[in-house]
Amino acid sequence: MNWVLIALLGVPLAGAAALLAPFRRDTAAGGRLLQTHALAVSGVTFALSVVLAAGFDYGDAARVQFSTDLAWVPGLDLRFHLGVDGISLPLVVLTTLLVFLCSVYLCWGRADGPGQLLRPKTGGNRPRALVFTLLVLEVGMIGTFLALDLLLFFVFFEVVLIPMYFVIAVWGGHARRAAAIKFILYTLLGSVVLLLGLLLIWAQTGTLDMIALARAHGTGMSSSAQVLAFIAVGIGLAVKTPMWPLHTWLPAAHTEAPTVGSVLLAGVLLKMGTYGFARIAIPVLPDGAAAMAPWLGAFAVIGIIYGSLACLAQRDLKRMIAYSSIGHMGFVLLGFATLTPVGVNGALFGNIAHGLITALLFFIAGAIKDRYGTTDMPSLGGGMLSRLPHLGSLLTFAAVASLGMPGLAGFWGEMLALLGAYGPAAGLSRPLYLTFMALGGLGTVLTAAYFLLMLSRVTHGRSVETVHAPVLAAVGGGGGGRRPGTVLRVGIARVRDVTGYELAAWVPLIALILLLGLWPKTLLLVTGPVVRTLLGAP
Amino acid sequence: MIAVAALVILLPSVAAAAGLLGSRFPRGLRGGAADVAANRRAAWIAVVPTGISTVLAAWLAYAGWSGRGGGPGEPFPFPAGPSGPSGIGGVTGTLDVIDTGSVPISVGLLVDGLSASIAVLVTVVALAVQIYSIGYLGDDRRYPSYSAFISLFTGAMLLVVYAADLLVLYVGWEIMGLCSYLLIGHWWEDRANSRAAVKAFLVTRLGDVGFLFGIFVLGTAAGSFRVADVIAKVPEMSTGTIVAATMLLLAGVAGKSAQVPLHVWLPDAMAGPTPISALIHAATMVAAGIFIVARLYPVFLGAGPTLDVLAVLAALGMLGAALAALAQDDLKRVLAYSTISQLAYMAGALAAGSESAAIFHLITHGAFKALLFLCAGAVIHAVGSNLMSTMGGLRRELPITFAAMTIGFAALMGLPPASGFFSKDEVLVAMERALSAGPLTDAAALLLYGCALATIAVTGAYATRAWLRTFFGERPVNALPEPEPGTAHVVDIHEAPATMRWPIVILAVPALLLGLVGIAEVHWGTAALSVVVALLGAGAVYAAWHSDPLGDPARMLGPFRAPCEQAFYVDSVYTTLFVRPVLGLARLVARTDDRVVDGAVRGSGRATVGLASLVRLAQNGNAQLYVTGLLAGVLLIAVGAVIFG
Repeated sequence: MNWVLIALLGVPLAGAAALLAPFRRDTAAGGRLLQTHALAVSGVTFALSVVLAAGFDYGDAARVQFSTDLAWVPGLDLRFHLGVDGISLPLVVLTTLLVFLCSVYLCWGRADGPGQLLRPKTGGNRPRALVFTLLVLEVGMIGTFLALDLLLFFVFFEVVLIPMYFVIAVWGGHARRAAAIKFILYTLLGSVVLLLGLLLIWAQTGTLDMIALARAHGTGMSSSAQVLAFIAVGIGLAVKTPMWPLHTWLPAAHTEAPTVGSVLLAGVLLKMGTYGFARIAIPVLPDGAAAMAPWLGAFAVIGIIYGSLACLAQRDLKRMIAYSSIGHMGFVLLGFATLTPVGVNGALFGNIAHGLITALLFFIAGAIKDRYGTTDMPSLGGGMLSRLPHLGSLLTFAAVASLGMPGLAGFWGEMLALLGAYGPAAGLSRPLYLTFMALGGLGTVLTAAYFLLMLSRVTHGRSVETVHAPVLAAVGGGGGGRRPGTVLRVGIARVRDVTGYELAAWVPLIALILLLGLWPKTLLLVTGPVVRTLLGAP
Repeated sequence: MIAVAALVILLPSVAAAAGLLGSRFPRGLRGGAADVAANRRAAWIAVVPTGISTVLAAWLAYAGWSGRGGGPGEPFPFPAGPSGPSGIGGVTGTLDVIDTGSVPISVGLLVDGLSASIAVLVTVVALAVQIYSIGYLGDDRRYPSYSAFISLFTGAMLLVVYAADLLVLYVGWEIMGLCSYLLIGHWWEDRANSRAAVKAFLVTRLGDVGFLFGIFVLGTAAGSFRVADVIAKVPEMSTGTIVAATMLLLAGVAGKSAQVPLHVWLPDAMAGPTPISALIHAATMVAAGIFIVARLYPVFLGAGPTLDVLAVLAALGMLGAALAALAQDDLKRVLAYSTISQLAYMAGALAAGSESAAIFHLITHGAFKALLFLCAGAVIHAVGSNLMSTMGGLRRELPITFAAMTIGFAALMGLPPASGFFSKDEVLVAMERALSAGPLTDAAALLLYGCALATIAVTGAYATRAWLRTFFGERPVNALPEPEPGTAHVVDIHEAPATMRWPIVILAVPALLLGLVGIAEVHWGTAALSVVVALLGAGAVYAAWHSDPLGDPARMLGPFRAPCEQAFYVDSVYTTLFVRPVLGLARLVARTDDRVVDGAVRGSGRATVGLASLVRLAQNGNAQLYVTGLLAGVLLIAVGAVIFG
């Protein structure tokens, strides 16, 4: 079954390559064909990941399965080494699922609905380019989670940046250029530091094989070299995660990115940073991790409090969700910083949960933007539950899930991370971590505060016609091709509630949030054994 | 037996999902006839599963009591007798164990005397409220979601009651809070209701964080989150651990049970529909804090300082809330402060060392306070206002409500033969005993007992005041204020519809008679004292009212009236101390993020561009400069080669 991994990379790549074939200018038939193509390719990729999950041996989740190990650059001893274990499997499935759901969102059903970037007749939308970009993005994301060679990991890590840059810069909102440039420069700078760290590991140990490095648990590297490598790798990953204070590219990128860009950015791209911690930084550099863990924990906790406070003061819905990601990723980093099995389990759980919940939140925020023409909360003017009852209810559900309600996915990651902080690994200062735990607990209250205030502002109250035409006209050009005149004719009173293609894209996310929340064992079963192995715990 | 308990929990939970998704299925129409049909279907979806749950819960209690449960466990005592600190009996069933990497979570249920009796209370009140709501809100457009949230709440509360594992309990505990939030905000068109809902959620959530940490402490010390394991390991834990754990748990208890200093949300929570106030904010959810202390009572008995703190908080809470109740004009707020005060009685009984007295009072209070709220709902439904200054003389128009509410107030004051008399007597006896022996220090015990006696007098006073101002005298003719959204249905006054009348009548029976199970244990001396004290308070109010039936007897508070009406300004203090600083800090962080953190990023970008423009000065296109540079370089290299070569 080792072909599955190759196919997971090959199918989207081939799908993207097929789009390079010569084609006639956008016509209605061409549009349908393109939509079918996008749905089919991402659907097949998702099906492959389901096959992978079905064929995975859960009794031995700590072992790397389906591995493919080919020589890539023999002169440098670089290898094309792929495989999955309990850490990467959920992330691979999450990635293919989200890309598929994005395709559903873009391609399903009537093509003239709000938010349809693939409408063929809008001139500037470049639907083929968008599909091509998304598929290349998918290759990079899946590759990052499958790679077991440090440099291969780095290559895929970088491959992701370029398509995401284009997604923001071409299909984004008004200030998209600046946001996209900030995004790519910031993350490239982080990647350079990451590369230096990886090269340091290579220079010290002489191998790039992640499995061998993890098995060695840092033997062959001096303690100071490990600390240095951990700092370098950690900064590189922290930019991606993002960790406070390296986060400022995120709000801009999220606010300007189109809906599918935000969904993939929050749902998958941030996970690549935390995945690097679980896969490289902690198992390969245990001494460095032990030395730097208190710092990581401190930055994480500052991120939780800081992100939550920043959310309280935001006016823009998308920007608020972006800042909420900083808080949530703070819990993930806190879980890693405890260096305990329960903390790392919590971090990996929180990772997946955040991917599902924030993806849903961004989908809904996108739907709101399509309908109201803005996500500025004062302009939205309240009363969504009476104007668009279904959309308002779904926003409530997603917000409640995100604030960590037990019974939904968001809770278990935060709870386990805090439990890990209550009893950190031997050698870490207990009082310090108890402080982290207390501050993290305070962060959950602040998280509840900003989400409930947002709900109170947006969904409660009476709906007033505060959304006036200039706002609609000003923001209507988000897709690049929508003329202000067409927007003006769409009266806000006649806006449709949740449509079929939106529901098709969102229901799987809701179901998974409920499943993971009600039965957390589904995920802990997969990550538990491998976390013990990676930490060298019995 | 465990399967039956699971069914009791699952039925309302599934009904919640079905009610939310299925009421308008498959056509999803809105307005007019579609709304009526959806509401009718939602009512069936809500009432039938709750009814079955009630029957099953009652069967569980009966089976446990008679020892016919068929399970492997021993028959357990009922009602919750004084079960020593040895541990808990009952039947436990575990579905699965979730490995977390440290302490595992075991998904399981526990049926014993305590959980079985509380479950009966919860299901009975929930059933009464569901039926009552059909009459109260049956023509509301959002009735389907409303009834589904009640079902979800019922399931969550039952999960708390039956949970065998502290983290499973916590799941139910938080979902209850969510339902409370959603239901307080039922009429969200009004911003004030929305604010009240947010406040309730945030205040309880603050306590819940402490509660979760308390669970961590206990679970880590015991190596298990199972209630039975935790209690079994208590003798091995250090005092410091136990005190820390119980203090943290107390934060959650104070939040959920609206005890000082986290009581501020409950009076505002009255913004919700009255049946919700009866179910969640009087009879069941707010009692969950008391329940959890009783559930972990052996742990608390090992923590003297915690019990002292509990005693002091209870003493302050019961008297302060009773005084606040005396000065309120809103009938529901009177009952809300009364709830805080009565919950403090239970907390006081727990602190004094009598878990059985606390649970006894919890059950009788659940019955009579739910009755009082449902009656208040009927009154408000009839009058169209919450304010007592617009009521009066209603005993003629609402005879059934009058009779039922009289029973409720008698039980609240602790007058025989109503149920409150017996349970309050037991609580008072427990506090009396704590003076001489028990876990409390002398000062705390004395304060508790003194405040309890004073509170009985004030309770008599405010109950009499509310009773007189609602049902006696004459209705003032002043114009009605603008009615609350959703509450005003009619202006001419007549009894409520049958769906509202019957739950009142049925709840009146336990409110009156439930206490008789404790008749054998009445201490007539203490009982006589408390009745005399209550009548003193009542008499003072009656005298004040008699002299001026249209005036407010609260005027006898004199200069203390304003502080009492404002509940001693706790809300304003909290706003100044916590809310404003946090919001200010939030704005500061947002500004800092833009100017400093992101400013550094943008600054480094600008610095790079600036540096580049400096370097660009060398690349000015002047060939002479380039040649000069070239020659200078060659010269330098040549000189270097000569010197160092």
